Amino acid sequence: MCGIVGLFAKSPEIEERLGAHLAAMLVQMSSRGPDSAGVAVYRDSAGSDASKLTLYSAHSNESWGRVSDALRDAFGECSDPSVRASHAVFVVGAEADEAESWVRANRPELRVMSAGRVIEIYKETGLPDEVARRFALEDMRGTHALGHTRMATESRVTTEGSHPFSTGLDLCLVHNGSLSNHNRLRENLRREGIEFQTENDTEVAAGYLAWRLREGAALEQALEGCLEDLDGFYTFAVGTADGFAVLRDPIACKPAVLAETDEWVAMSSEWRSIAVLPGAADAAAWEPEPGVVYAWEKELVG
Amino acid sequence: MTVAEREHAAAEVVDLSTTALRDLNQRLHDLAGGAPGPRHFRVVNPSGAHAVACGLDADVEVEIDGHVGYYCAGMNKRATVRVHGNASTGIAENMMSGRVVVDGNVSQSAGATGRGGLLVVRGNASSRCGISMKGIDIVVGGSVGHMSAFMAQTGCLVVCGDAGEALGDSIYEARLYVRGSVAGLGADCIEKELRDEHADQLRGLLEMAEIDADTAGFRRYGSARRLYNFHVDNAY
Repeated sequence: MCGIVGLFAKSPEIEERLGAHLAAMLVQMSSRGPDSAGVAVYRDSAGSDASKLTLYSAHSNESWGRVSDALRDAFGECSDPSVRASHAVFVVGAEADEAESWVRANRPELRVMSAGRVIEIYKETGLPDEVARRFALEDMRGTHALGHTRMATESRVTTEGSHPFSTGLDLCLVHNGSLSNHNRLRENLRREGIEFQTENDTEVAAGYLAWRLREGAALEQALEGCLEDLDGFYTFAVGTADGFAVLRDPIACKPAVLAETDEWVAMSSEWRSIAVLPGAADAAAWEPEPGVVYAWEKELVG
Repeated sequence: MTVAEREHAAAEVVDLSTTALRDLNQRLHDLAGGAPGPRHFRVVNPSGAHAVACGLDADVEVEIDGHVGYYCAGMNKRATVRVHGNASTGIAENMMSGRVVVDGNVSQSAGATGRGGLLVVRGNASSRCGISMKGIDIVVGGSVGHMSAFMAQTGCLVVCGDAGEALGDSIYEARLYVRGSVAGLGADCIEKELRDEHADQLRGLLEMAEIDADTAGFRRYGSARRLYNFHVDNAY
């Protein structure tokens, strides 16, 4: 199973309460995914000459201040850590890929959950409601966000195996389904220089998108490539710095519903998650067609 | 006050934001066998809940204001269930008799394995509508998605709009009537002559469904009967 949700704000009111709305949507998907939950929230741009990292530590007493100091020594500028449970966000005066490489080289025990200018990713094992509260989603504002509740089928229930997966700057992917050619594809993508941190099939789909985007494809083209190159069942929701997109495989066994009002665009595995949003009863609602890319974009922030 | 207005006024209202779904379904199940109780329910705030009004076996009418989740009116017998909204996967799956009417769109596997009764979808149905149908009649005001009427055994599927890929794949003896385009026929499904007896049947189904459509534009599809019986080419 698994549940996926996405919310794209079209009004300042929804942006203000984005995290609270996302948490409510996520909780509705508990029965589809009780093992772990995660979110990618696009918020508070680091600006044009800085980048943002979300780091995870398995140690509850991690000295995040020291990480900040070390990043400051390396790059000149780094914010104090913004800590939420096991995760911390840093705004660094460097290119995102340089900052990410530095963490991998110097603090290999930490895990880079996301890197970019606007994305933040938080994910943990546990019921969606617990996860949402642990990360205080309630008080997060932002422009758009994706969430996932996991019922694990093909790899272990760990923080690392939780979704969303990010394998490119400001890019993330959540997935309901299972891929059958992920091992071969992972090897091919590794040869192209895409790095993977787990044995999870969804990370391969995220890596595939990162590779296609790196090679110059637009998001819609990259997603259309999935129809050719990925074998398996999937409903994907993909986030980028300025938008989000939805794609279902041509067989379309995995559910999805889209809805739109003047205030928001939302996607979910089930209507239950959308029903909790303001004005849902009057929203235009439809089931995305199999094999068709749906995309929404915002003007680039920052 | 008209009869309809009186009935509407007399309906027992159940609010699913304050009443547990199990309590609603239990009340509806308790009507089986002609037990006393209200004969008209109005369910509000379904909010996409699964299995609303599932497993009914009584002469009762249940109206649902809003969108429902999976398997609404599943296994329905005798009852009339009206959804004033959209329905998700498996509306009226395995229906035995009675009537299920959806004003909006429905997701995949509508009327799956249904053995009797009438399912009416005023909007569109997505993939696998009428999969393995075994006697149910399904009338769709809009279009149906891919793999509809897959392995359909008996009963009728009427589609006033278009049909997606692989219509009627591996079909047995169900009758398919489609007014619009068919993206593709599945294995062993062919177009067949629409004779007077079929036009009469189609007219009857559209009337029962209260859908105003001229039978003239429809085409009929069914089994070429080359796949499922012991055709010598299938022996091994």
